[in-house]
Amino acid sequence: MFASASSVKVAALTVNTPSVNFNLKYEKEWADLEPVPQDDGPNPVVKIAYSEKFSDVYDYFRALLKNDERSDRAFALTAEAIELNAANYTVWHYRRVLLQALSKDLREEMRYITAIIEEQPKNYQVWHHRRMVVEWLNDPSEELEFIADILSQDAKNYHAWQHRQWVIQEYKLWDNELKFVENLLEDDVRNNSAWNQRHFVISHTTGFSDPAIVEREIQYCLSQIRKAPHNESAWNYLKGMLQDRGLSSPPGLLERVLELKETHCSPYLLAFLFDCYEDALENSNQKENVGEEERKDILRKALEICDLLANEKDTIRKEYWLFLGRSLENKSGSRGPSDKPPEPSDPASGQQEMS
Amino acid sequence: MWQRDGGQLFKKNFFFSFCVKRAVLRCLFVHFLLHSSYQLFVINPSFLCFRPALLREQHYQYLKKGLRHLSDAYECLDASRPWLCFWILHSLELLEEPIPTAVASDVCQFLARCQSPTGGFAGGPGQHAHLAPTYAAVNALCIIGTEEAYNVINREKLLDFLWSVKQPDGSFVMHVGGEVDVRSAYCAASVASLTNILTPKLFEDTTNWILSCQNWEGGLSGVPGLEAHGGYTFCGTAALVILGKEHMLDLKALLRWVVSRQMRFEGGFQGRCNKLVDGCYSFWQAGLLPLLHRALFKEGESELSRQRWMFEQQALQEYILLCCQNPAGGLLDKPGKSRDFYHTCYCLSGLSIAQHFGNMDLHHEMILGKEENRLVRLQQGCEGETGQCGWIHSEIDGFVFTYFFLFHVPPGYSRSTPLG
Repeated sequence: MFASASSVKVAALTVNTPSVNFNLKYEKEWADLEPVPQDDGPNPVVKIAYSEKFSDVYDYFRALLKNDERSDRAFALTAEAIELNAANYTVWHYRRVLLQALSKDLREEMRYITAIIEEQPKNYQVWHHRRMVVEWLNDPSEELEFIADILSQDAKNYHAWQHRQWVIQEYKLWDNELKFVENLLEDDVRNNSAWNQRHFVISHTTGFSDPAIVEREIQYCLSQIRKAPHNESAWNYLKGMLQDRGLSSPPGLLERVLELKETHCSPYLLAFLFDCYEDALENSNQKENVGEEERKDILRKALEICDLLANEKDTIRKEYWLFLGRSLENKSGSRGPSDKPPEPSDPASGQQEMS
Repeated sequence: MWQRDGGQLFKKNFFFSFCVKRAVLRCLFVHFLLHSSYQLFVINPSFLCFRPALLREQHYQYLKKGLRHLSDAYECLDASRPWLCFWILHSLELLEEPIPTAVASDVCQFLARCQSPTGGFAGGPGQHAHLAPTYAAVNALCIIGTEEAYNVINREKLLDFLWSVKQPDGSFVMHVGGEVDVRSAYCAASVASLTNILTPKLFEDTTNWILSCQNWEGGLSGVPGLEAHGGYTFCGTAALVILGKEHMLDLKALLRWVVSRQMRFEGGFQGRCNKLVDGCYSFWQAGLLPLLHRALFKEGESELSRQRWMFEQQALQEYILLCCQNPAGGLLDKPGKSRDFYHTCYCLSGLSIAQHFGNMDLHHEMILGKEENRLVRLQQGCEGETGQCGWIHSEIDGFVFTYFFLFHVPPGYSRSTPLG
């Protein structure tokens, strides 16, 4: 609107300029304002070769800021400045000041910010601005659909998920979210953001204490694992859900996992088994009924898995699995706490060059 | 020079090198992953001899030029110019390229113009203060390390600024009227400790807020409830290290999460589970391993290696050197992406971490490829000198700095009194 009104004038006045863009210094509307050039000093560093339009818009923006001018032309100029650099948080802040000072139509602002986010969905400022407008309007009614649309273009956009969680929590919009998550997981069972949202919804609604819920989630995980055995998200979710209460707590879980090992093995399954064994060992310290033989057996199995992962199945994490093995052995195993643990088996050597 | 010939040339080279090692396959694998048809990139002959080279001279020229002039493509970073200073200066110091005195002075004067009258630093002259450019400016000035540089910082006003962005729940907004996430806590803790204005009251409840960002995955999210993410995990963990509270994290869960972020084929790190590799996570993710190593050591962990970090150092070096270098200088996310100063900084930082293991007493190197690939070692801070985070004297390499809190202090400055 601002641009279109002045561009005709500009075309008449600046016929010979190669740039089709308006130039504020030729505008009557801006004649009263002295533009403020950027003060980079006499020997600038990281000096950006701004386009003429960029310099022009920001020279006038700086002038407005200096005078703290609260006017419609200032408001319109913030849109120009944002278009040139949507990450300029100073401009966004000023725009918000103007929105309030000039009592601008916030519904229109919602339309504006919707369009900007669609163009630049990975920018911090645009999402924060939307949040502010939603708060001022106290109206989240468009949010879930809008965010769903952004997620349909990039199902893992972190800002989008952040905004979604804020809206849901602030306005208590939990009702349909689990279904939404399941649909996303149908589209892509490897979408870790969706698995996270699943955890978010359940922990804030039913929680994970109810054994029925836990069993339902275990079933869900295992069925996703059967479909895609090498999906780390599903395994992480299973562990993440159970770790506080102990992996050995759900009855029969270990057995179910051992069964899966035959046909749907993966480094993640093996790691989960290790965690189960480690958990069992930790618990057995408190329980009376776990005999020494059984403990030794669990330890042996755990260390076997460490070896298998370190040397064959997950070699990229070799250093880690070796450490875990040493650590477990030291903590719970054949040596008592008073015995000196063996040195890590790396050869002591100085500088090495890899070739 | 190899010609851009596509299939023919590739086939010849493929059989030409006797040991078709994992690393060459790695780069090609990444490339094929991303492009349906094979695009030949200019292969540095040294790669095929299997001694990949860090293109020092090219990176140096790219950085040297950028420190002065940037094209209009950088208009989108017009509110992040202290970052550009930091990314470039830190890259130069990793490459052990000296900053000419005049340039250093010009940077100081520019950053002084970015300092807000109300405290903190802004993305450019005349803009509002923001924690991210504040972090970048303070760290850039510490890299320069001259008295002129230190004198730029108005410490009293900086403290005012930090108070102005502190929230009742312990978190910090990035700028007045801005958004909250865990980056802010790290930026605040870093600058507060570097300038010795850190007080317990300033960070009251911040520890608990950061801890609430550790999620079911073991990593940390930007705000409580979100997905674990490498950048935010680094910020949260490093902030806690500065505050001396890292032991309050579930270190084992965090360790498991971060080591799982290294990609078994590419060798580099992903930012989140089931996402793609990116060179910058060479720092944000791999950089967690030294922090965790030290944290676990302090907790009495006796089985830590004395030679290696708990990630595959060689594989990361291969990824960076073979897949993340632009032949004309600068580093990048992954093959096919353009170079930029952010990726240059963090790929080189990750490379340094992958090359050097150790602390004050131990140092063990594994340099992939040519000896000249060696970068300066990033160091973690030690608390011994002053008993607290703050101005700390580096006793090993006077010219080595780090983001965390260790740098060379000019004589007479180390007794700078804490504020407030």
